[in-house]
Amino acid sequence: MRRAGLVAAVVLVLAGLWELYRWIWTSAGWTWPFVVDNTSMPHISTILKAFGQPTQVNQPTLINLLLHKALFTGREAVVGFALGAAVGFLLGIVLVHSRLLQRGFLPYIVASQTVPILAVAPMVVVWVNPKLPTGLQGWGAVAVIASYLTFFPVTINTLRGLSSADPRALELMRTYAASRWSVLWKLRVPASLPYVFAALKLAATASVVGAIIGELPSGLQSGLGGAIINFNQYYSFEPQELWATNIVAAALGILFFVCVVGTEKLVVRRAPENAG
Amino acid sequence: MSERPVVEIRGVTKTFARGNVTALENIELELHPGEFVSLIGPSGCGKSTLLRVVGDLTPPTSGTVTINGKPARQAREDGDYGIVFQDSVLFDWRTVAKNIALPLEMLGWDREKRKARTEEMLDLVELRNFADHHPWQLSGGMQQRVSIARALSFEPALLLMDEPFGALDEMTRERLNLELLSIWEKLGSTVVFVTHSISEAVFLSTRVVVMSPRPGRIAGMVPIDLPFPRTVETREDPRFFELVTQVRELLRKRGEHLLPEEAAELL
Repeated sequence: MRRAGLVAAVVLVLAGLWELYRWIWTSAGWTWPFVVDNTSMPHISTILKAFGQPTQVNQPTLINLLLHKALFTGREAVVGFALGAAVGFLLGIVLVHSRLLQRGFLPYIVASQTVPILAVAPMVVVWVNPKLPTGLQGWGAVAVIASYLTFFPVTINTLRGLSSADPRALELMRTYAASRWSVLWKLRVPASLPYVFAALKLAATASVVGAIIGELPSGLQSGLGGAIINFNQYYSFEPQELWATNIVAAALGILFFVCVVGTEKLVVRRAPENAG
Repeated sequence: MSERPVVEIRGVTKTFARGNVTALENIELELHPGEFVSLIGPSGCGKSTLLRVVGDLTPPTSGTVTINGKPARQAREDGDYGIVFQDSVLFDWRTVAKNIALPLEMLGWDREKRKARTEEMLDLVELRNFADHHPWQLSGGMQQRVSIARALSFEPALLLMDEPFGALDEMTRERLNLELLSIWEKLGSTVVFVTHSISEAVFLSTRVVVMSPRPGRIAGMVPIDLPFPRTVETREDPRFFELVTQVRELLRKRGEHLLPEEAAELL
């Protein structure tokens, strides 16, 4: 409860700073670094009010619209996150068992992340979409694009985490004549979990970003990515709608992050850091 | 002493390729059922290496180790020994009970059997109330007791202990010495105990094997004829001091070529 209060307080302070900045810059007439007006920095109240108004006549309210879009993008992100985490984890497990594969593949895995996702996305859409059943058409390909961002940190940290097992613990397992499989599941994987969860936290927010970006080349209109493109075009008339969309997108990312943190608390039983 | 030895070490030599160090040279040693043998010597005398060779954790360069009539490797794979390291090496993500049950899981015991044995072991090391605690909630001494319970859970004939109390304070160490002896008397297992504390070696053992470094050799043996059960008073027994002196003399005689700090550590 105290935590929630703190979060609310920070949000209020940030909103206050936004309005204070607006007020100082408009009353002083400063134009550096940019001119402050209702287009560049709409009032918080304008943004909040926009949530409750329809974007067009006879349409649902903006919040209603955005929640539907967030649900659509959220589904892409969840599937992309799960796919990326699974692929990343398995890749880590395979690579930790073979120096040769590690040397051979790791550079390409790193290189894969230097290719901008906007360049990869159209190809994924062309390759993946025709293979998907109708229920997955469109958003399924976006999930694959999102997983492209999420698998990487999970692979790297799984690899690091699996190698983090105490050498004496490995020796202990040797005295039990433990199989590779037992060593993996009873020692290496549990030892890797703090590392894996650190990566999953990165991956959680990256999957939302990946899903939003993935929607752009796919030409999907039902998600937040479509909404951002759309509202971007009308920014000079209705800036508050893009800001509102950004707030919803950020909230979605935060929700994902919080889910991973909650899961970590349940799964990882570990000494508090300071207790050594 | 006509029964088959639990451990037979025959002509074991161990050289480390790096630096061309001879850690062990031509070691001959036999351990009989129920013996409690301490290996003592300065750092670098190869006592821990010898223990690791016995446990098949490192191969000897030449010579053989036989445990219960089997080659060391076979013995390791059959689970013929339990081991306790200087650090407890407990798994943080497992409770105390689950840590003790780890070797039983590896041996494929079913849940009921595991539970029953784990409870016996918890009683043995007097940690019943801590079964559901995690290792990091326990003191160093308690952690080491869990480690001992884990090593003994599957009733191995042989217990290998590599300076198990080396990281503990003096008071805890003496209390655990007493506890270890009472467990040993109850279970009758054979123990190889590596230490660099003379009084600990004399207090615990039926025989002390003194080692000297560069190359690691057996410098002498001291049979410990102190009566059992050994108690707090044993440490004040004149015979205890005689034996401590005897071990110390052996270490000193063989330790003339030691570096000063190595000698200081021992004497």
